[in-house]
Amino acid sequence: MARYLAGRIAGLVVILFLICLFTYLIFFKLSPDPALMICGKTCTPDRVAQIRSVLGLDQPLTEQFWNFLSGLFAGRDYGSGANLVHCSAPCFGYSFQTSQSVWEMILDRLPVSVTVAVGAAVLWLIVGIAAGLLSAVKEGTWWDRTAMGLALGGSSIPNYVLALALQYVLVVRLQVLPFPAAVPFSDDPVAWFQSYLMPWIVLATGYACLYARLTRANVIDTLAENFMRTARSKGLRPALLLRRHALRPALTPITTIFGMDFAALLGGALITETVFGLNGVGKMAADSIAKNDQPVIMAVTLLAAFFVVVGNVVVDLVYTGLDPRVRVR
Amino acid sequence: MSDVLLSARDLTKRFTSRGPYGRRNEFTAVDGVSFDVRLGETLAVVGESGCGKSTTARIVARLMEPTSGLLEFEGEDITHASGARLAAYRSNVQVVFQDPFSSLNPRHTVERILMAPLDYQGIAPKGGRRAYTRELMERVGLNPDHAHRYPKQFSGGQAQRIGIARALAVDPRLVICDEAVSALDVSVQAQVIDLLRRLQRESGFSYVFIAHDLAVVRQIAQRVAVMCKGRIVEQGPCAEVFDDPRDPYTRTLLAAIPRINPEWDRRRRAAG
Amino acid sequence: MSELLAVEDLTITFPTGRGPVDVVKDVSFTVGRNETVGIVGESGSGKSMTSLAVMGLLPRGAVTRGSIRLDGVELLGRGEGEMRRVRGEQASMIFQDPLSSLNPYYTVGLQIEEMYRAHRRCGRQEARKVAVEALAQVGIPEPERRAGHYPHQFSGGQRQRVMIAMALVCSPKLLIADEPTTALDVTVQAQILRLLADLQRETGTGMVFVTHDLAVISSIATRVLVMRRGEQVEYGTAEQVFAEPRHAYTRMLLESIPRIDDELPADEVTS
Repeated sequence: MARYLAGRIAGLVVILFLICLFTYLIFFKLSPDPALMICGKTCTPDRVAQIRSVLGLDQPLTEQFWNFLSGLFAGRDYGSGANLVHCSAPCFGYSFQTSQSVWEMILDRLPVSVTVAVGAAVLWLIVGIAAGLLSAVKEGTWWDRTAMGLALGGSSIPNYVLALALQYVLVVRLQVLPFPAAVPFSDDPVAWFQSYLMPWIVLATGYACLYARLTRANVIDTLAENFMRTARSKGLRPALLLRRHALRPALTPITTIFGMDFAALLGGALITETVFGLNGVGKMAADSIAKNDQPVIMAVTLLAAFFVVVGNVVVDLVYTGLDPRVRVR
Repeated sequence: MSDVLLSARDLTKRFTSRGPYGRRNEFTAVDGVSFDVRLGETLAVVGESGCGKSTTARIVARLMEPTSGLLEFEGEDITHASGARLAAYRSNVQVVFQDPFSSLNPRHTVERILMAPLDYQGIAPKGGRRAYTRELMERVGLNPDHAHRYPKQFSGGQAQRIGIARALAVDPRLVICDEAVSALDVSVQAQVIDLLRRLQRESGFSYVFIAHDLAVVRQIAQRVAVMCKGRIVEQGPCAEVFDDPRDPYTRTLLAAIPRINPEWDRRRRAAG
Repeated sequence: MSELLAVEDLTITFPTGRGPVDVVKDVSFTVGRNETVGIVGESGSGKSMTSLAVMGLLPRGAVTRGSIRLDGVELLGRGEGEMRRVRGEQASMIFQDPLSSLNPYYTVGLQIEEMYRAHRRCGRQEARKVAVEALAQVGIPEPERRAGHYPHQFSGGQRQRVMIAMALVCSPKLLIADEPTTALDVTVQAQILRLLADLQRETGTGMVFVTHDLAVISSIATRVLVMRRGEQVEYGTAEQVFAEPRHAYTRMLLESIPRIDDELPADEVTS
């Protein structure tokens, strides 16, 4: 077990290093010169050279990358002498737009993204699995056909369409919700809940539809298994039959998919956050792309990759715990 | 010249697998197996599940390479043959599998299935595709008018006949039957065994007949090799091995076969 | 003689795209206490459907007519709730493939316990004790430790022993064995057949043994029902069916069985 874990973690480190390298190459070598961008319209060649030197852009590429990498783990210094600025680890540099520390910006916005992701996940798991389960048990009935038809349609609605439609109906027409505004939980829990409700629904809809269909298919497959026939032949109560014998085999594969979906969402929900004006990592990514704020783009990309890669390992470990055929030999 | 068609010497196959947490497991599936298959003869390889008989069949068909050992066909070493030599060997050796439906492409017609081995080897069927397909189907007792049907339109026994016809298409010298009659109902099984025997009489090829059912083996094989845990524990003419088994494992195996009360059999046969 | 199981004119009909189809037609047989009755037939003969009908486990949509009486009580037409109390308690069943017939996610101990607890009021501790005893009874070594193992940790023969232990844990009057040895090797098959015969002698359970293998039937059954395409071809004592078959189909089946004592025709034995 320890060897297996060590192997997985070593693999994880290699993958993260490669992601660092490629994002670095793409964002810093293939996009416009950041010095020119920072310098603005009234710019002199001297000023550009000075900025380049402070950012370390005049050094060879390998050295720049090394500085970036060591900055992540040990922190780094920008400039020299009186202009020296120390950026402590983990150092993602400073935003070209606001000169804020990128790491602080992330720490500031991550809670919003996590709140969005967790709330949506709870919602889509409850709705998706319950609907899928009901459809599987009532296979072929009007409920099953209606629910699965809706699920097929629901998973094909783009998030921004749903978001705008929801805002129009709930906020503008029915006025059951206030216009979305960021309210901290400690100030007013009810307003907080109301401000997050629409993003949760929007994000959860697509996933809930997908999970309903997955759950239905898995449960129907499980109900046809030989061990279900055995369980029925034992005279077990239908509730026990479903809960113990059908649900666990049917839902175990779904935990794997859920882990991956959730990890991807932690990196920020770009469209939903932007539409609802939530100051999360996703909106930060969208803004930074619009303004070509390279350190920020780089950081959010790495963050998302980190969540996905780590999520992958966690999912594998959880699956090992859930399926005795993998766990015990 | 000797009449040995295929000769296997000390065939060994080891598998290494990785356990759940990276543990290495080594497993010897076939362990020092030697046998000869003579021209026009049927050699049966019998044993219980996991004894290595199917791995042996795969090595002989050269669907996998042995870890060590020697495989000779008509005096030529084909243990590690590749390219044109392997292709030539495969046109001489055909396999009939256990489950006819999973080994026949469900989207292809019988004609396409039967002509596929020839197509792969770039051989033009004698007398044209249509005529050769009809000939093959007649040889295995299928209605030649059904050449354009699909596998699922046939019963299990008929589908196995298609599998046999496909094996015969390239005029092989050796046919490997890997549990070829095990999945069939008894009445159908008896017919397919009769068919296999008749085809051998007509064409003179040899069989390597892999099976777990010793009674079936007795109906078709002249010689038998009994495998247990990767090794051949006993081999020889069927009459010797079955009537006077020397190895204790062979004895256990024979004793375990369920039999109909011989007294009842005798009375029924006397009356019928 | 009071019969344990009496099946009379059982007909099972399935709705299909081309109208209803009878998969079993007018089948009748009886099983006495402590007796084994074999149902034999080739694939599609309806032998498995007949046994599932006794348990009330037919697939959805199946329509049954006739009568199935277990210990004098009619089972056909009973509701799902009542049938649930019959299953496991009065009649239980073992199947062909013990690996897929056991839930891979739970230990064999738990799967036996839940069966016991479904029919007896008792706590987990007591149920576990009964489960361990049941495992010991079917010859699983170290039953306490093995009760905590998962199905994939057992060999094929041991899995079928686990299934038998589970089926008998509530001491049912009737055991239905549907091709219980078909997936097993011959030596293991012989052990399982001996175990079933021994347990039957000890417990007096009546048994319906469904198989395609006439030789297996002849070694275990006192009476035999031969089925073909849903119809009852022949029904009688084992001796009568095997020694003096009345129907040509039975005779043909018996003649098709490959026999270990029959040699190849002389002209095919090369020296």
